[in-house]
This record gives sequence, structure tokens and C-alpha cells, in this order.
Amino acid sequence: MNETSKVIKVGIADLNIVSAPNTIRTSGLGSCVGVVIYDSSKKIAGLSHVLLPDSHTTKQVNLNRFKYADTSIPYLVHLLIENGARKYALKAKMAGGAQMFQLSQASDVMRIGPRNIEAVEQKLQELQIPIMASDVGGNVGRTIEFNPEDCKLSIRKINQGVFFI
Amino acid sequence: MDSLELTSDQKDVLREIGNIGAGNAATALSKLLNQKIEMKVPSVSIVNYDELVEVIGRPEETIVGLMFRIQGEAPGTACFLLKVEEAEYLVRKITNDPDFSLFDNNKENEIAISALHEIGNIVTGTYLTALSDFTKINMQPSVPYLGIDMVGAILIAGLMELSQVTDDAIIIDTEINQNDGSNEGMKGNFLLLPDPESLIKIFTALGIKYYE
Repeated sequence: MNETSKVIKVGIADLNIVSAPNTIRTSGLGSCVGVVIYDSSKKIAGLSHVLLPDSHTTKQVNLNRFKYADTSIPYLVHLLIENGARKYALKAKMAGGAQMFQLSQASDVMRIGPRNIEAVEQKLQELQIPIMASDVGGNVGRTIEFNPEDCKLSIRKINQGVFFI
Repeated sequence: MDSLELTSDQKDVLREIGNIGAGNAATALSKLLNQKIEMKVPSVSIVNYDELVEVIGRPEETIVGLMFRIQGEAPGTACFLLKVEEAEYLVRKITNDPDFSLFDNNKENEIAISALHEIGNIVTGTYLTALSDFTKINMQPSVPYLGIDMVGAILIAGLMELSQVTDDAIIIDTEINQNDGSNEGMKGNFLLLPDPESLIKIFTALGIKYYE
């Protein structure tokens, strides 16, 4: 580990970018999806903590575009390109989208995890960014950290330790 | 509604709501455990997602969360949150089995989970009944949703309905704790998160103006 490297933290419904040797992390992903988009040879990466699938369902007047899959991902791509990443070289990794509560009568709102995964996958496909690896679904929360140096995404779950994708 | 602001009168009313609700819930819990339960003065705050998580702990800290959707005239979300050790303490007290743990070989213990559901039902039911009596607003809790996971994951999952409307939540947070003189003990948080449109109803019911 490089001593001068920093960990950039991304909050809920937030996004940020990072370049090596720094890493980028978001904690406590439940039904939210963490999307990492990166350019491996430029060693630059962006992470978005997506809360909801679709901005069109919002009842808000002032839209928070970091919150939705369909608005935050294009913005993240724009930000990466502005900072030296190349559009054609972009790849993605994703994690999250769990269903935190086991429900007998699952309402649409409570099925938000699977819907988030779907929305992220669809948006990435639209932007022609290949998904290299993912760890999605299930019913446990995740903390993820991406290192643009080796492009590995570390995933930590409770009672399960850490693994890399 | 995009940004929320509360006057000091409105905050007082919400604090009183927390007092009445959690006071009754603490009494119910105290009877259940046959032990004295203390309660702190509720705090009322307007927070964004990250701040909400920080109220309870670090986002990746493990927590036991019992989440209820409030149905009826003033919808919202209610949560009863406990640390893992505290939830275990509670289950041990209630089942009279000092060796109980929430996880057996990393799998959730069914009896413990069921006991927690029941505790959640009783305390949250009491909280809401007290609130409903006070405001004369009809409120009913859904079945409890139990999650044992990271703080961030649990809280945000419980906030899904709210998050489609606003980026800020009003939380009424009341901490209760119990100490029987030994090192063990328990501390829990009741959170009440009214949906934005429910605030108008609550304030009107209690004779407070919503708009200045």
C-alpha cells in the first residue's frame, strides 16, 4: 500500500472520481447499487452510489440527478471523459441491489434492489460500456472499494469477510 | 416539496410526539422485561441520507433493524434499532435462555428472529397507538421487516418510499436504555420518519400552522 494514497468516500446518492494511487469507496450498500466505471490504462475510475432506478418516477421538482441510475451514470461518464478517460476504453463493475427485507407481500417499492440492477445494466448497455464483473442481488449489505491501479473491486459483507472481483 | 424547514414550535410538537410515543413504548418494554427502562429527550432533526445513517452509527456497522411502514391517514416509517449485542441481550431476557445468540454458525437463529419480531410488534405498536391517541390520527403499523445488516443498507431500504419525494427526512429520534447494574444492558433507538405530506396532517391535528 502506498502511504500517500487516499480513500475517496462516496456518500449515498452521490458520485465521485479517483485516479491511482488513490482508491474510492462507498459503505453500506443495501438495495442501492454501486457502479464503478473505469479506464484501466489511464488508471482513472468513477463510482456512483445509485439509490433509485428511474428519474421519471420522481415527485421532486428539483431533481437530484446523482440519485437515479438513468441520470447519474451518464453524468459519471461525462465527468470521467472530462478528466482524461477515453469513452471507448471505459469498462464497468457493479455491486449491490440486495433485497434487504424478506417480505410476504413484496410491494413494487420494496423490490427496489432488482429494479436498480436492471436499470444500471440497461443504462450501461445503452452507453456501450461492458460490465466486466458484478456481485449483485441476494439479501445482504455490501461495502465496496475500487482500486484504479489494478482495477479490482473489493467487496465486504457482514459475517463473510472480503473478496475481490 | 423539496427542502424542509421547521419552526421551533413545530420542532417542539414533533419532540412531544417522540416523547409520548417512545415513553409508552419504553413502558411496554419495561413490563416485558420486568426492568426499569430510561429514556432520553427526543431529538428532532432534518437530515440527508448520509446524516441519517450517522445518527445511528458508521454506515457499515452491523445493526438489528425492525422497520415498519405506517399506514393510515399519516403514512411514514418507524424503526426500532438495536446493536447486535443488545438485541441478543433482549432475546436472552425474554426467552430466559442465557446462551441465545442471533447467529448459529453464521445462520440466523429462527427463534431469536421470531422473538425480535414480536418485541418489535409490541413496542412499535405501543408507540403508534400512543401517537394515534394523541393526534386523533389513524395510524397502523405494517408487519415488521427485520434486517440484521449494515446501518446504511438497513436504513436506506426502509426509506425507499420517502426517497422518491425528497432528499431530506425529518427524524424524531429517541434513545432508550436499560442497565441492571451489570456490564450488560441495552440501548435502542426509535426513529419516526413521517412522510412529508403527513407532517401537514400532524401539525393541523395538533393546532400548529404548517406554513408561517
